[in-house]
Amino acid sequence: MISMAGKAIRKWWALFSLPTFVAFIIGFLVPFITGIYLSFCRFTTVTDSKFIGLANYVEALKDPDFWHALRFSTAFTVIIVIFVNIVSFAIAYMLTKTFRGVTIFRSVFFMPNLIGGIVLGYIWMLLLNGILAHWGRSLSFSGVYGFWGLVALYSWQQIGYMMIIYIAGMQSLPSDVMEAAAVDGANSRQVLFHVTIPLMMPSITVCTFLTMTNGFKMFDQNLALTNGAPANTSEGMALNIYRTFYGRAGFEGVGQAKAVIFFIIVAVLALIQNRLTTSREVEA
Amino acid sequence: MSDKVKHPGLWTTFFTVVCLIWVFPIVLVFINAFKDQTYIALNTFSIPRGDAFVGFKNFEVGIERTDFIASIGWTVVTTVGSVLLILVCTSMCAWWIVRVNNWAAKALYSLFLFNMIVPFQMVMFTLSKFTDMLGFNTPWGLWLIYLGFGAGLAVFIFTGVVKGIPQELEESAMIDGASVPGIFFRIVVPIMRPSIISVAILETMWIWNDFLLPYLTLDLSNFKTMPIAVQYLKSGYGAVDMGALMACLVLAIIPVILFYLLCQKYIIKGVLTGAVKG
Repeated sequence: MISMAGKAIRKWWALFSLPTFVAFIIGFLVPFITGIYLSFCRFTTVTDSKFIGLANYVEALKDPDFWHALRFSTAFTVIIVIFVNIVSFAIAYMLTKTFRGVTIFRSVFFMPNLIGGIVLGYIWMLLLNGILAHWGRSLSFSGVYGFWGLVALYSWQQIGYMMIIYIAGMQSLPSDVMEAAAVDGANSRQVLFHVTIPLMMPSITVCTFLTMTNGFKMFDQNLALTNGAPANTSEGMALNIYRTFYGRAGFEGVGQAKAVIFFIIVAVLALIQNRLTTSREVEA
Repeated sequence: MSDKVKHPGLWTTFFTVVCLIWVFPIVLVFINAFKDQTYIALNTFSIPRGDAFVGFKNFEVGIERTDFIASIGWTVVTTVGSVLLILVCTSMCAWWIVRVNNWAAKALYSLFLFNMIVPFQMVMFTLSKFTDMLGFNTPWGLWLIYLGFGAGLAVFIFTGVVKGIPQELEESAMIDGASVPGIFFRIVVPIMRPSIISVAILETMWIWNDFLLPYLTLDLSNFKTMPIAVQYLKSGYGAVDMGALMACLVLAIIPVILFYLLCQKYIIKGVLTGAVKG
């Protein structure tokens, strides 16, 4: 059943939906489809491609650096998802209570988010190299330093963002349920674990989803902080793909195959995560 | 949930200390921007005094080497143009999708949803080649690219908003003889205003700070945005002038902090609008 307004609006498709759709085709659809096709080709530009089947994928999966980057990104994401969510939840929990300065504290925690990843990377390079200089070392000493440097940087950036989402979630919780629990004699710890956290599952879903996909997709910070040094040991997936494309001539097809694998990983994880945590949501 | 804590004074002190640690990395950059570069590596944490203090020399060098003023200009041009185009086009498109709701509208909507889970690396190579071929390697060419690649989130948020607007309003205006564009711009847009501001903030945060898309698509001999200028300073000249780098970081951070102080309220709302569950 189409409404009266709908019928009248339908005729105006050229004005209302066409501009976005055309831009979408140019900026997303064509590059995406060509990208999938090119992952089966050997090429240096888009026009000189030659179909070679699965060879790029075989090459990509034989690349030890790619596996290292996958492990690096996975470990990084697991740590970030757990650490950022616990800390930002804790901060949000405290900053929804009343004491002097809570609004200023919220603003301060959020601030790093507005600064771009490249700039953040160089801010932390200065800080961490300054600290490591005391032992005569730097971030490029080993991949482990780069890894934990990125964890510190990324936590600093994301905690404020997730805190905002958690605060909004906590503020919209039904206060009568809390009161009922308190009347029934639950202490504040019991309320937190048996009432607040279960009711907060929608916010937890959103925040774990965001931290997870952000963690895998992290690029700018990685490029600026370590650029993979030393010897690609601090290289995440996104940076590995970028450097395969633009750092090694003749590897464009392999880079594109890696990008397709990367896309599938991110998409599948996003879907699974959303299923899992959504099913744990409860109604008040 | 806004209950009182025990020992409020203690918590205020605790969070004050944590917040001072939190802003320390930014303060450190400001301090080092005024230091001679040999002292930056050796005495990162000391206050610039005596020989170490160089006044605004780092800023002069940094601005000159990277053409930093021009790069701020191009960042503004790219961001403002892209955000305006995104707001106008995607709000119209979202309204069309919700109200028409036929197979074409539904298919379009699914495509936009799909767009949201695709990482940029998937399209970066082909996109940069196509923008080159089409001659879109200018800041105004990027307006269209950002509209295309960023359409998903904006359309998703706006369709959610339009679904909440009662159709009767639009139908009664139609009976009174209003045209379709008239209805959209005079009735629907004012209702959507808060969410339009939120989406504007989200897209601004993204495009202002974006590095890879402009880096790969822009004609870099003519146009550099701010993140690109910073990256060039680090990687483009052999030995890195840390002083100039720190000065450029300061210049990159200042507009962002001003923007934050001016529209904090809207930024928080924007973040929450963007956190709607997919």
